[in-house]
Amino acid sequence: MSIGAWLAIGWLALITALALLAPVLPMDGPNESFGEIAREGPGAEGHILGGDGIGRDMFSRTVYGARSSLLIGVASILIGLIVGGLAGLIAGYFRGRLDTVLTGTFDILLAFPSLVLALSLVSFFRADPEAGTGGLPPAQIVVVALGIVSIPILARITRANTLTWAQREFVLAARAQGAKHPRILFREVLPNVLPAMFSIALLGIGVAIIAEGGLSLLGVGVELPTPSWGNIIAEGRGSLRNAPHIVFIPSIAIFLTVLALNYMGDVIRTRFDVRESAL
Amino acid sequence: MTAPVPTLDQRPEPGGAGCLLEVDDLRTSFRTDRGMVRAVAGVTLNLERGKTLGIVGESGSGKSVLARSIMGIVPNNAEREGSIRFEGTEISGLSQARMREYWGQQMAMVFQDPMTALNPVLKIGRQITESLHEHLEFSKEEANQTALALLKSVGIPEPARRLKEYPHQLSGGMRQRVMIAIALACGPKLLFADEPTTALDVTVQAQILDLLQFQQRERFMGMILVTHDLGVVAGRTDHIGVMYAGRIVETGPTRTLFAHVRHPYTEALLQSIPKIELPSHSRLQSIAGRPPNLVNTPPGCTFAPRCPYAQDRCREEEPPLIEAEQPGHFHRCWFPVGTPANPAYNAEASAEATARGEATFDRIAAAKADAAREDSTASAGFAPAPTAVDGEADADAESSVSAAGAGNVGGIHNRAGDDDAPGGGRPRRRQPLRARRQTSTTDNGERTDGR
Repeated sequence: MSIGAWLAIGWLALITALALLAPVLPMDGPNESFGEIAREGPGAEGHILGGDGIGRDMFSRTVYGARSSLLIGVASILIGLIVGGLAGLIAGYFRGRLDTVLTGTFDILLAFPSLVLALSLVSFFRADPEAGTGGLPPAQIVVVALGIVSIPILARITRANTLTWAQREFVLAARAQGAKHPRILFREVLPNVLPAMFSIALLGIGVAIIAEGGLSLLGVGVELPTPSWGNIIAEGRGSLRNAPHIVFIPSIAIFLTVLALNYMGDVIRTRFDVRESAL
Repeated sequence: MTAPVPTLDQRPEPGGAGCLLEVDDLRTSFRTDRGMVRAVAGVTLNLERGKTLGIVGESGSGKSVLARSIMGIVPNNAEREGSIRFEGTEISGLSQARMREYWGQQMAMVFQDPMTALNPVLKIGRQITESLHEHLEFSKEEANQTALALLKSVGIPEPARRLKEYPHQLSGGMRQRVMIAIALACGPKLLFADEPTTALDVTVQAQILDLLQFQQRERFMGMILVTHDLGVVAGRTDHIGVMYAGRIVETGPTRTLFAHVRHPYTEALLQSIPKIELPSHSRLQSIAGRPPNLVNTPPGCTFAPRCPYAQDRCREEEPPLIEAEQPGHFHRCWFPVGTPANPAYNAEASAEATARGEATFDRIAAAKADAAREDSTASAGFAPAPTAVDGEADADAESSVSAAGAGNVGGIHNRAGDDDAPGGGRPRRRQPLRARRQTSTTDNGERTDGR
């Protein structure tokens, strides 16, 4: 593997480890305020990344932000992967009317600008807290909304891959040996489609992290004071002129994470392609 | 290497065979944007257990579709008519769910290309055991043992290691052996081999065909061997059906058909087998023109546009299946080759052709028998004949083998594919005996086709 791949793995491992270990790391709490470091840039005494607008430790907030952002990215793509993947597999394998209906649905979902769709979904789920629809905490609402947005994308990729694999002769051979459809679908086709699904899912996590940032900017992301990379940026954008680091630090974290995820997606795809080209 | 024959191999008494497969007026058409493509246009055939039927024709003649139609694994846009009886039971109208009881257990298929017919991401072992779990409800241990025995019986060295490998770790010939093992796993009574050697190296082709033939006799299966190569079927089938444009244009016992070619298409196919005794740079014979458009078949004989003997009648009236003077030999031609009806008839030339056909057949049969007997001798002073004939993937081992002569055949087997060789030995050793048994049963007068 190339140096780039190792760097990507290294960054993802680091950020995941920090996010997981956040509560036990020797640092200040994300919501503790220190008046003296308000709007102070990186390098302040005891606070390597400085403080935000009201003097909270930027390092701590970024690490805790990673917690929410990564969790939202992974969880929402997991929803998309399970629901969209299953729908795509079924549509691509059985074809026919079922495929027409499912593909039509995906196309309609895809026709909405994804941020607008996510926004309306979040507002829908939040609409009426008293009526019981709002039982979910805001972070979970974001997960569900982004999950729904990711369904058609993952479904389409899965369907396209399933289409080509399902026409391979080994599927016919399995049928000629008397295998039932579920068995063919999950034991013959799925293992071949998984690498493509997985590499798109990695890209999807990146997109979801960015989308969460977008929702936060619009004020419907993870609810304050819980930090996420998105809402740190949203909070800091007012003081971009005199304290740009508040926006830049989480932005750089998002940038590096998404870059690493995209790169890993490519690496995974090419690694799995080798096996096929060897045939 | 005395591999135990897998326990699932229930071999019935040869005497009580009866008709395994009866196909009557089978028609398969595909709905396409251009209209109905009639891929199989009325095929009738019978096959007894323990017999082999060769279906020969060029690409697009409908031979693969025929095999798949009989098995019932045609795509959704296909329409199938006619009757298919398996051991006396009508199976043409059965649902997919009912057919699943036949697939794998009663009938199985070896596909053309082992590169695509094996799942690239599953281990060999799992691909073999899959149907054992599905149909026979074997435990993991039983299934693994059976898979091991199967791999051994198809001549794969180090079967225990191979079980844990992926298809890409195996050579082409090995993969085709694995395909055969998969097809044989549940002990089918009828085996379809759909161009089993077309995708393989020339050197491995003969071994795979030998293996199929060995397994077919060992398990007393009926086998339908689909190929584009008359040379392949010559020494290995009891009956031959020559297909053209979805119809069987000539059929008969293999030796009869070789000796008394009646249909111009069969004649053309025979002539297009490259002959090694011809001087180098001789032009290879080919059949002019292209197979007919199956959407809109013109009236009359489908071969007429390409037939050197075609008359007006051929273009107007379609010939029925006519019985030739030899028993069990049928053809669809108004002016059969080698009879006075044919415009180019010449008694001398036709007698010569008969002798030549018999000689071709006998030579192939003798070469095979010799190869079986000699096992592991001749290899000295042997030039690799097969590759010299033709570098194409389509080049066939059999025809060149037949021409290269008996002694060399053993050489081909022994020199063949490095990792395929060890397995090739066992099936061949057993052949002389079985070959003799076959010649005695061929004369029982069973019919592979006829109306």
